[in-house]
Amino acid sequence: MRDSFVDTTTTLLAQEPRTALVLADISAALFTAAAERHPDRVLNVGIREQLMLGVAGGLALTGLRPIVHSYAPFLVERAYEQIKLDLDHQAARAVLVSIGASFDRASAGRTHLSPADVALVDTLSGWTVHVPGHPDEVPGLLRTTVAADGSAYLRLSTLSNGRPYPGDGDLVLVRDAGAGAALLVAVGPTLDAALAATEGLPVTVAYTHRPRPFDTAGLRTLADNEVILVEPYLAGTSARVVAAALADRPHRLLALGVGREELRRYGSAEDHLRWHGLDPAGLRRSVTGFLTPAAADRTPTPAMLGQYV
Amino acid sequence: MNSLATITTRVAEAAAPLDGRHPIAPLLERVRAGRDFGPNVYSTLDVLWVLYDRILRITPATADDPDRDRFLLSKGHAVAGYYAVLAAKGFVPPGWLDDQGGPESRLGDHPDRTLVPGVEIGSGSLGHGLGLAVGTALGLRAQGLLDPRVYVLVGDAELDEGSNHEAIAYAGAAGLGNLTAIVLDNASATHGWSGGPATRFTVNGWTAATVDGRDHDALYAALTGQHGHRPHVVVAVVDHEEGR
Repeated sequence: MRDSFVDTTTTLLAQEPRTALVLADISAALFTAAAERHPDRVLNVGIREQLMLGVAGGLALTGLRPIVHSYAPFLVERAYEQIKLDLDHQAARAVLVSIGASFDRASAGRTHLSPADVALVDTLSGWTVHVPGHPDEVPGLLRTTVAADGSAYLRLSTLSNGRPYPGDGDLVLVRDAGAGAALLVAVGPTLDAALAATEGLPVTVAYTHRPRPFDTAGLRTLADNEVILVEPYLAGTSARVVAAALADRPHRLLALGVGREELRRYGSAEDHLRWHGLDPAGLRRSVTGFLTPAAADRTPTPAMLGQYV
Repeated sequence: MNSLATITTRVAEAAAPLDGRHPIAPLLERVRAGRDFGPNVYSTLDVLWVLYDRILRITPATADDPDRDRFLLSKGHAVAGYYAVLAAKGFVPPGWLDDQGGPESRLGDHPDRTLVPGVEIGSGSLGHGLGLAVGTALGLRAQGLLDPRVYVLVGDAELDEGSNHEAIAYAGAAGLGNLTAIVLDNASATHGWSGGPATRFTVNGWTAATVDGRDHDALYAALTGQHGHRPHVVVAVVDHEEGR
């Protein structure tokens, strides 16, 4: 996904003179050619994330359209007040593009993990959030987002699904289990695991790469009275949106995602998916427990545990 | 500390040679509305007046002109004098001053650029103006707007915020010749700046001038003393007892 971002951004810089790119060393080497062609609009401020966002705010105030890029924890968490004040409070708009996602570089440890980024951006008002599930989704999303006027956060990951689902981010029906089935909404790169986990279960599966604004109209159309959210960042990030969208209906909601606990473990992204229950076996365990609540009350037998863990 | 009446008189006297209508003191009194102002309000008045009266190429008619000079007030709590100067120069109706901070007022205790004509940034949380000023200077340069200059006013205590030092180092390295920072130095930084605030800038390639923050002619000379290829800083020193 990073390569798609670099290629598309390089093209946008050449085609659209309003576009500017602000970096804090991360990925700067990939933009060397663009920086040589557009030295006034490709700005690497060094390892200075507060300044990176402040510069973006200033650029936007002069009428430019800044793209701001770094590792997710440094882009969103370290400079959160600059996002809140140097962009939003100034009525200045920018496109933020992160890499690293929740645990793409799991072996780097907690400093490079950013499961809370979408929840943090969600404390702000009016932001569009895209979580692409495939590299081929990135160019169209980036072009559309940069061409628009609002602020947006694109969360790129090394994890991806087997095929892209382009489009504007409204819910895409991927597997229809018929009337009365539970609706599972998979966000971004969680889709393939969600499909595998619900194989043979009475679960309709829909996909989105745009958790904000969430397609609440699509949700109301597809959902019956059971909804399962699978998000590749902090569990429950979109629970409030679903609850508000279905406030007039009795419904049950299962919100899956990355846990809050700091695991203090390294390994790979796949290891962390398993530890957070986001691999197919973990998702299936959670979904079946949700669909048959009585079963969840029984103490699991060793055989049951062996089947899933 | 001088009494308010003394200071108000001094401000009026200072403004008098520049404008026969003595504009600032009565306007400031309307903002004050009987409240006690902290000395920081008065310490900033002279530099604000010199900027708006003699330096900045901006009027209410050109407040949205891409080619205008920009003034960014980073120490947003120095707002009373700012509003008074904006009223004196016609950016906001003087009537707005009478209800400053009220429920229907557009004039908060910190300025909001979306609510007040002529205000370039909303500020209040310290350490944001300089970064925004660097971005503004870069944005102007990228669009070939080489005439306008970006001025940003910070306090010496505000320099405690590390974000300023990210901006100072980068602006020097990038040779942002269209940027002027003004440090209102009333010696209020808790741990001080040994060697003076200007050294933090000059070590990063800025030109600098340190002047009496009450002396309008000295301020004018310093504020027009940039070389053109490097960012410029003016340290305006005011009496600690008179203005925190």
